[in-house]
Amino acid sequence: MVPTIAYVIVSAVLFTIGVAGVLLRRNALIVFMSIELMLNAVNLSLAGFARQFGSATGQVFILFVLAVAAAEVAVGLAIILAVFRHRDTVDVDNMNLMKW
Amino acid sequence: MTEWILFIVLTAVAVGSALMMVLNRNPVHAALWLVLTFLAVAVFFLVLGAQFLFAAQIIIYTGAIMVLFLFVVMLLNLEREREPIVTGGQRAAAVALAFALLAVLVIAIAARTSFPTMAMVPGGITLTDLGVALFDEWLLPFELASILLLVAMIGAIALARRRT
Repeated sequence: MVPTIAYVIVSAVLFTIGVAGVLLRRNALIVFMSIELMLNAVNLSLAGFARQFGSATGQVFILFVLAVAAAEVAVGLAIILAVFRHRDTVDVDNMNLMKW
Repeated sequence: MTEWILFIVLTAVAVGSALMMVLNRNPVHAALWLVLTFLAVAVFFLVLGAQFLFAAQIIIYTGAIMVLFLFVVMLLNLEREREPIVTGGQRAAAVALAFALLAVLVIAIAARTSFPTMAMVPGGITLTDLGVALFDEWLLPFELASILLLVAMIGAIALARRRT
């Protein structure tokens, strides 16, 4: 049986790839996809914890993460769409209206 | 033994396609690589005994969220857009920070948690357990999630509406 720690480390690797995507890419859509990847990495470790402790709470949390991710995608993509209409670009370097 | 083989194959698919997603310049290809990552995570859920979440992951993530992404990519028509390359210094700093984060996470998991030595609680989680937990202990958060989705739906319509 594969120990829980192996799943948690895979989850950490996926999370790190998501962070690298946010730091490296300037396309707002790809930055957004990287955030989805990070949410999924956390889901993977929650599933591992649920099996480790034999408790359904971890799986309930995954369901909530799924709901929050769906809400976040709907609002986030609408914002990206609105910014694109306004500025004709999805480059995050050009989204500096609220920059101090 | 079978679980180890599955684990190694799934890890290779998930990490490989996640890297392809981050490194791909074409947003459509990036989205398709991300679908592959989500499918690998879904099979991970199945291996971990979360059958309902396996189905939910495929329906919600690969079925709904990624289709929405592809729709927006096509609405925006990004083919003509050239993504400016991040400067050398920024790229090096980003990669160094990512590796530092990975090192911190792995050291913290290995040294500061009791997972390496902890015995696993026997017995899987059935769909009945999940349903009882969701509608008994976590009923209020469940209802709040429905309000969150409603607010997100209204917000998305308000934000994406064309100003006349």
